[in-house]
Amino acid sequence: MAEPLALKDHSGESQVFFDRIVLGLVLLVIGILFLAARMFYLQVMQHDLYTTLSDKNRIQVQSVPPIRGLIYDRNGELIADNVPSFSLTITRERVEDLESTLKSIDALIGLTPEQIESFERRLSRRQRPYEAVPILLRMTQEQIAQISVNRYSLPGVDVQAKLVRHYPHGDLMAHAVGSVRRINEDDARRLDSVAYSGTEHVGKIGVEKYYENVLLGKVGYQRVETDARGRIMKVLDSTPPEPGSNLMLHVDSGLQRVASDALGDRRGTVVAIDPKTGGILALVSKPSYDPNLFIAGIDHATYASLRDSIDVPLFNRALQGQYEPGSTLKPFLGLIGLATGTTSKEYKIEDPGWYKLPQNERLYRDWNWKKSGIGGHGLVNIEKAIYRSCNIYFYELAVKLGIDRIHDGLALFGFGQNTAIDLPEARKGLLPSRAWKLGSRGEPWYPGDTVNIGIGQGDILVTPLQLATAVAVLANRGGTVTPHMLKQNPLVTRDNQLPDIDLIPEQAWELVIKSMEKVVHRGNQGFGENGTAWAYIGRGIEYRMAGKSGTAQVVGIAQGELYDAELIAERNRKHAWFIAFAPVDDPKIALAVLVENGGGGSEFASPVARKILDYYLLGADHQVASNE
Amino acid sequence: MSEDFVRRLPNSGFAFNFSSAGRNAFHLDIKMLLLLVLIVGYGLLVLFSAVEQNSGPVISQLTKISVAFAVMTVMAQISPIVYLRFAPWLYLMGVILLICVAAFGYTVNGSQRWLRIPGLFSFQPSELMKLVVPMILAWYFHDRHLPPRLKHLFWAGIMIAVPAMLIARQPDLGTALIIAASGLIVLFLAGISWRYVFSVLGLALVCAPALWFLLRDYQQQRILTLLNPESDPLGAGWNIIQSKTAIGSGGLFGKGLFQGTQSHLDFLPESQTDFIIAVLAEELGLVGVLALLILYLLLIGRGVVISVQAQDTFGRLLAGTITFTFFVYVFVNIGMVSGILPVVGVPLPLVSYGGTSILTLFAGFGIVMSIHTHRRISL
Repeated sequence: MAEPLALKDHSGESQVFFDRIVLGLVLLVIGILFLAARMFYLQVMQHDLYTTLSDKNRIQVQSVPPIRGLIYDRNGELIADNVPSFSLTITRERVEDLESTLKSIDALIGLTPEQIESFERRLSRRQRPYEAVPILLRMTQEQIAQISVNRYSLPGVDVQAKLVRHYPHGDLMAHAVGSVRRINEDDARRLDSVAYSGTEHVGKIGVEKYYENVLLGKVGYQRVETDARGRIMKVLDSTPPEPGSNLMLHVDSGLQRVASDALGDRRGTVVAIDPKTGGILALVSKPSYDPNLFIAGIDHATYASLRDSIDVPLFNRALQGQYEPGSTLKPFLGLIGLATGTTSKEYKIEDPGWYKLPQNERLYRDWNWKKSGIGGHGLVNIEKAIYRSCNIYFYELAVKLGIDRIHDGLALFGFGQNTAIDLPEARKGLLPSRAWKLGSRGEPWYPGDTVNIGIGQGDILVTPLQLATAVAVLANRGGTVTPHMLKQNPLVTRDNQLPDIDLIPEQAWELVIKSMEKVVHRGNQGFGENGTAWAYIGRGIEYRMAGKSGTAQVVGIAQGELYDAELIAERNRKHAWFIAFAPVDDPKIALAVLVENGGGGSEFASPVARKILDYYLLGADHQVASNE
Repeated sequence: MSEDFVRRLPNSGFAFNFSSAGRNAFHLDIKMLLLLVLIVGYGLLVLFSAVEQNSGPVISQLTKISVAFAVMTVMAQISPIVYLRFAPWLYLMGVILLICVAAFGYTVNGSQRWLRIPGLFSFQPSELMKLVVPMILAWYFHDRHLPPRLKHLFWAGIMIAVPAMLIARQPDLGTALIIAASGLIVLFLAGISWRYVFSVLGLALVCAPALWFLLRDYQQQRILTLLNPESDPLGAGWNIIQSKTAIGSGGLFGKGLFQGTQSHLDFLPESQTDFIIAVLAEELGLVGVLALLILYLLLIGRGVVISVQAQDTFGRLLAGTITFTFFVYVFVNIGMVSGILPVVGVPLPLVSYGGTSILTLFAGFGIVMSIHTHRRISL
C-alpha cells in the first residue's frame, strides 16, 4: 500500500478510504455471517419442522372410498345400484377471470345464485392452491356435452366422475329398501371418520341403514406424491379398498310393482310375507318419493313439499303407521276363544244387531245395524261370525275372554312387539292391557274397553307389518316367523324371536282358516249369507285364499291442516283393511293391505289383495279374472 | 485531477497492456475471473436442476453468460480515464433514457421498465444506471476535497435521487433502492462524516412511518407478508412459506441434486430466477449454501483488494462501490428468499436465470478489472 500512496497528494484521503473499506468489509462479513446464521437456523434448527411441511406439501394420503354393495331383489334384479355421477369443478389457479368463467358456464348450462354462493363458500374453505372445487353436482348428459364442447374456452373447468347410489326403481322401492343420504354434520360427528373418509353417503333408512356396515365396505388408501397443482406424480403405496357386500332381498320387484299399481293413486300400504321364511316379498307405502332426489342433495323447496305434504310421502305406513286392526283381528280372537274353550265350533248366538253389557244401557252395534231395528246376522256360530264379520259374536267373546287372555293370546302372534329384524323403522303398535291402561291413563280397565277390542277397535293399534306377520303365523298354523328383508344366510337373528304357538289345537286353526276361506269363496248363497269379500273378489279364483276384511276408524289426522270440507269428508272415511294368505293348504304368501280412508275393507282393500296373490301365485301373464 | 491523468497516461485509451500478460491477459484479472467462472458454473448446475434438467434453458443461459463475458472483456480494455471522461455524458444519457421509459416505455407485469428499439432489441435503462450512478458520484468526488462537504453531499444527493425516483415510479422499488444504496456506498467510501451518516439514519427512522404511506398497496402487502406470511398462506404468503420450507427441509446436506421436491413439484415459485437459492438450499443443504457464500465472499474480497490497490480516488470509489453493491444484491436476495427481508425483485447475482442482471454484473466486474489492470505503476 505504501507505493501507490506515495504517488498521491491526499494520503489522508486515502487513509479515510482505507478505513471505510475495512469497516465496510467488517459489516459485509457480519452480513454474510448473518445470512449463514439464518440458513443454519432454517436448515438445522428448524429442519424437522420444514421437513414435515415439505412432506405435507407433496405427500397426500388419499382415501379411496369403497364401492357400496349392490342390492338385488329375489330374482336378481338390481334395486340399488351405483352409477357415475358427474360434477363440474373449477380450479381457481387455472382460471384467469373467475367472473367471466362463471358467466360462460351460466350461459352454457345455467347456474342458480345459490349454486354460485355455495361454490364461493367452498372455494374459501379449500386447503391449498390448485384444489378443484365443485360448482355443480350431478350434471345431466346434456350439461356434460355442453361443457365438453366448450372446454377449450374454459381452462380450469373440469367434469369429474364419481360413483353414487342410484335406485333404478325410483319411488317404487323407496320404503322397502330405504335409502342413503348425504352425510350431514350430525352424521359426521356420529360416524367413524376413518371408515367414512372419501365416502359421501350413509344409509339412513331401511335396509340401507340396517346393513350399513356390510354395504359400506372398507376404505382404501393411497399415499401419493402430488405437485403444487394437485396432480398425482406417483403413488407411493396403496391399500386398495374392499367393496361392500352385495345383498339379495326377499323382495320381488314385480310383486312390488303389482302391489303399487293395485293401490293406484290411493294412500295405503301393502306388506306381503313368505310364511315359510318370514321374508318380505313386497312392502309398499303410498304415496312414496324418489330416493334419488336425496343423493345429490335435495333443494329446499322440493324437500319442504315432501315434508309438509298432507299425504306424508316420507312416512312409511307399512312400518310406522299404527292403525286399529278392525275386524281383521277377529280370526285371532276366534283362535284364542277356541283354544281357551271360551267358545267352540258349535257355540251359537242370536245376533239382534246390537250388544249390551249386563247392567249397562249402552248399545254396541253390529256393522249392519239399522235404525229400523232390522239387522243382525241371526243365529251365528264362529264360522259365520268370521265370514260375515259379525260384531256381536266377538263383543260377547271378548267380554268372556277378558282383557288378560286377549292380551296374552294376541301377544303370541307378535302384536304389541317389534319382531322385525332388518327394518329399523318398524314400530311396536299397541297391545293394551290392564297394566298399560293404569300406567298410561291412570285408569282401571273397564269391561266396555274389552267390548271394543273384540272388533279390533278402541285402544289396540297394529302396524301393517305386524298384521301381515300375524297372518303368516296363521297361515303356518302357529309356526311363527320373523319378518325380514335379507334373503341370503346367515341371517342375523333376534333375541326375542317368538316361539311357535302350540297352545292352539289343530282343529281350531283349521276352523278359523276354513271360515276365512269362506270370506272369499262363499258365494251365491243369497243376501246376508255370502262371504263379505266374495262379491268383490270371490269369482274366478284359481286357488284357495283365506282372507278377512276390516275397517279401521280414523283416529285422527296426524299431520297437516285440512282446508276444505270435501277433503275433510274424504280424510274422515274409515281405513279399509284386508288380510289374506294363499293357497290355503300350502301357504306361499301372506299379506295385509290397508287403503287409507278407503271405506269398507272388502270393497276397497280386497281387490288389491287379489291382484297381488294372482300375480304371485299365477304369474305375470295371468289376466286377472273378471269379477262379473 | 483529470488533467493529471490525461497528461500522465496519454495512451491508455483502448491500448492493450501486454506487459503484464499472463497475470492480467487482456486486462482481465485472473483471480476474479476464476471466481466468476466458479460461481457461474455452480449456478448453471443449480439452474440445470431448477429447469428439470432441460438443456435448453442452460444453453440459453450459457449464451447470455458468453455475451456478458465478452462485454466484460471489452469493458476491461477501456481505461478508467475513459470512464471518468464520459461519466457525465453517460449519466445524462441514462437520465434521458429513463425519461423516455416514462414516456414511451412499454409495460411488463404492471411496471413500465423497458425501452424497445423496434426490430432490434429492448433493454432496461435502469440496469445501465446501476453502473452509471456509482460512476458519476466517483467522477464528482474524484477531484474534490474529501471527506465531502455538505454542499457536495447535496449535489451528490440530487445525482442519486433523480434516477432513483424515476426508477421508483416505474415502479421498480427494488432497483431504485439498490441504485440509491450504491450511491450511498460511494458517499460512505468517500469518507462522509459520521455526523451525516447518523443524522441520515436518524432521519430515515423518523420518516419511516411517513414513508409507509408513500408505498403502493402491493409494496405494503409485501412487508406485511414478511412479518406474518401465514396471514395469507395461499396468496402473498405462499412464496415465502414455500421458499422457507424448501430451505429448511434441505437440512445440512440437502435432499441431493435433482431431488428437491419443493422445486420439482412446483411448490416453489420463481425457482429458476429470484428464488433459485431455495433450490440450492433444498438440494445441496447448508453445505451447498455455505459453499456459495464463501465463493461470493472470495469474489467480494478480490474486489476489495482491487479497490484498495487502486491508484486514484475515482478507481477506488468505483471499484469499491461495485464490489459492495454486489454484496447488497447477495444480501437482499438471500434475505428475501429466507424470509428476513420483504420480497423485492432482486435476482441472486450470477446464479439466477436471465440475461440482464448477469450482463450488468459482468460489465461492472469489467470496469473493476479495468481499474486494476490499467496502472501507471505495476505492483
